[in-house]
Amino acid sequence: MIRLGVPSKGRLMDKTVAWFGERGIGLRRAGSERDYAAVAEGIDGLELILLSAGEIPRELAAGRLHLGVTGSDLVHEKVPLWELRLTELAPMGFGRADLVVAVPQAWVDVDTLDDLDAAAAAFRHRHGHRLRIATKYHRLVREFLREHGVADYALVDSQGATEGTVGAETAEAIADITSTGETLRANGLKILADGMIHSSQATLWQSRTADWTDEGRRTLKELVTRLGVQ
Amino acid sequence: MTAAPTPDLRAEAARLSVHFRAAGAQPVEAAILQPADVLLDLYGEDIRARAYVTADPLRGEMMLRPDFTVPVVQMHMESGADPARYTYAGEVFRRQEVDEARANEYVQVGFELFGGDDPAEADAEVFATVAGALSGLGLTGAIGDVGLLIAAVRGLRTTEARKAALLRHIWRPRRFRALLDRFGGRGAVPPSRVRLLGLGDPFDGAGPDIGKRSRAEVEARIAALREDAAAPPLSDEERALLDEMVAIRAPAPDALSHLRDLAVDLPATRPAVARMAARLDAMARRGIDVGTLQFEGSYGRTALEYYDGFVFGLVAEGRPELPPVATGGRYDALTKVLGQGRSVPAVGGVIRPDLALVAGGGA
Repeated sequence: MIRLGVPSKGRLMDKTVAWFGERGIGLRRAGSERDYAAVAEGIDGLELILLSAGEIPRELAAGRLHLGVTGSDLVHEKVPLWELRLTELAPMGFGRADLVVAVPQAWVDVDTLDDLDAAAAAFRHRHGHRLRIATKYHRLVREFLREHGVADYALVDSQGATEGTVGAETAEAIADITSTGETLRANGLKILADGMIHSSQATLWQSRTADWTDEGRRTLKELVTRLGVQ
Repeated sequence: MTAAPTPDLRAEAARLSVHFRAAGAQPVEAAILQPADVLLDLYGEDIRARAYVTADPLRGEMMLRPDFTVPVVQMHMESGADPARYTYAGEVFRRQEVDEARANEYVQVGFELFGGDDPAEADAEVFATVAGALSGLGLTGAIGDVGLLIAAVRGLRTTEARKAALLRHIWRPRRFRALLDRFGGRGAVPPSRVRLLGLGDPFDGAGPDIGKRSRAEVEARIAALREDAAAPPLSDEERALLDEMVAIRAPAPDALSHLRDLAVDLPATRPAVARMAARLDAMARRGIDVGTLQFEGSYGRTALEYYDGFVFGLVAEGRPELPPVATGGRYDALTKVLGQGRSVPAVGGVIRPDLALVAGGGA
C-alpha cells in the first residue's frame, strides 16, 4: 500500500476530493463527517490518510507518506532542501495564494525592496531597534530578504491576524499570504511592487524519502496515468 | 554531521591552547547559552539561519554560541586591561539549512588581542601566532583588508548619504554592486520613484497613518530622495577604480604595489595602504614569508563576522573541499557596538582543531 495524505477539512479538502473525483478516483470518509478514517476508491493499493495541511510537508519529508496534497508555500517553508526530498507531481490549480511583503499605504516613499531597505536603516537609527516584519513564514521571508539585500529588519512571529499587527504597533510591516489583497487594503496596507515571495497553490507531491516497493511504484504509475498528470 | 570530540581532537585543542598561552594569552571561558537579543541586534535576522535558537520561559530566547567573539569582547570591555590577550577553547554550534555535510558542532581554539597602540604590529602578531601553531601542516595563507574598501568609499566624490548606504552594504557584495550602479546612473530608477518625486503633494490619497513609522519619517525620506535625485552621478572612473580594487588577486607584495598605484587616484586609501605595508613589514619581521601570501581584494566580505580591517585564512592546499583550518581578522567596529560607544582595537583568529588534524593527515 502507498499512503496518500490529504487535508482533513475545509475548502482545501473539498477541492482536493473534487479534483481526484473528476479524474475517476473517489476519496471519501469511512464513516460520519467527524470521522478521520478515509478510503480511496477506483484504484487498488492506495491508502488515504486525512491530516492537517500543515503537517503534510513534514510527513512527506520524513517518508511516512508516499504522496500528499498541500500548498507549495508550506512545503517551501517547512522542508529545507525540499527539492532533494520531494517531487512535485502536479500543481492542482486551486488554493492559490501569494506570499507577499506589505507595508502601510501611508509609506508613500516605499514601493520596492530597495525602498524598504533604506527605510529600515533610517528607522533603526531613529527608534533604536530593527524594523519589525510580522510573519509566520520565517524561512521563506528571511531567504527572500537576504537574496535582495534588505538589512536592519527583524522578523516577529505572527500565527494569525497578521494584517492587524501594524495597526497594533507590534510590527512595522508584514509578510503574509493573500489571494485578493482585500484584507491587506482594508488594514491600510499595500504590496511592494517587487514584494512577491512565492506564488502558492495546492500541489500533489511525491516523497523521495518514503519506502517505494515495486508494488508501490506500480500503483503510482497507475495513479499518475489515471490522473493524467505525467 | 555531528561528531563528538575524540581524544585526538581534545589533545590537539589542548596543544593549541598551550601554544596560545605561551604567546601570553590568558585563558577565558564563555557560556554556551548566550542571550539571543545581543546576537540578533548585532548580526540581524540572518544569524537565525546560522545559529541554534532555543527558549526559556523566564529568560526568553537564547542561542547556542555560534562563536566566542561576542562573549569575549563583552568580557574584555568590562575588564578594560590594555593590551590584553585571551585564549579560549570549546564547542561552537552552527545550524545548517543548506548542506547536511557541513559540521553543526565543532571545537574552536582562539587567540584574541585587544588594545595596543600599533595595529599593524597587532595584526602581524595574531597572524604569526595562529600560523605558528599550525606550522608543519603546509597550509597556505590568504589575506585581505576590508579597511581598504571602507576608506575608498569614504573618499568617493559623492553625497554622505550615498557613502553611508554603500558602507552599510560592504558585507553584501551584490547589494553593494547594485547601489554603486544606481549611484552611477546605470541602474534604472523605479517608475514609482519618478512618479513620487513628480507629485505636488505626495501624501494625496495616501492611506491612514498607522504604525510606528511616522509621517515625519516618510517626509524625511522623500527629502533624502529629492537630494539624491539632484546629486550628480558617481563618476565611471571612481566606480571602475573600486571594481579594480576588489578584483585584486595576487601575491601580497604585488597586490601592495597595485594598491599603491590605485591610491594615486583614490587618495583616501593612502593611510589604509600604508597600514597594509606596515603590516606586511611586521609580518616579515616575525618570519612570515609574505611573498607566499595570496591577497584577495574581496576577502572577508561575505563572512558572518563583520571584520573591518585585516582579514586572513589558512587553508589546506589541495583540499578545496575543506573549510579554512584557521580564520581571523580585525573587528574594531564590533567592539564599538558592544561597548556602547566605547571602542577598543581588536584582532583575533580561531583554529578548528578537527580540520588541523585532517590537514595533518591525523584523521
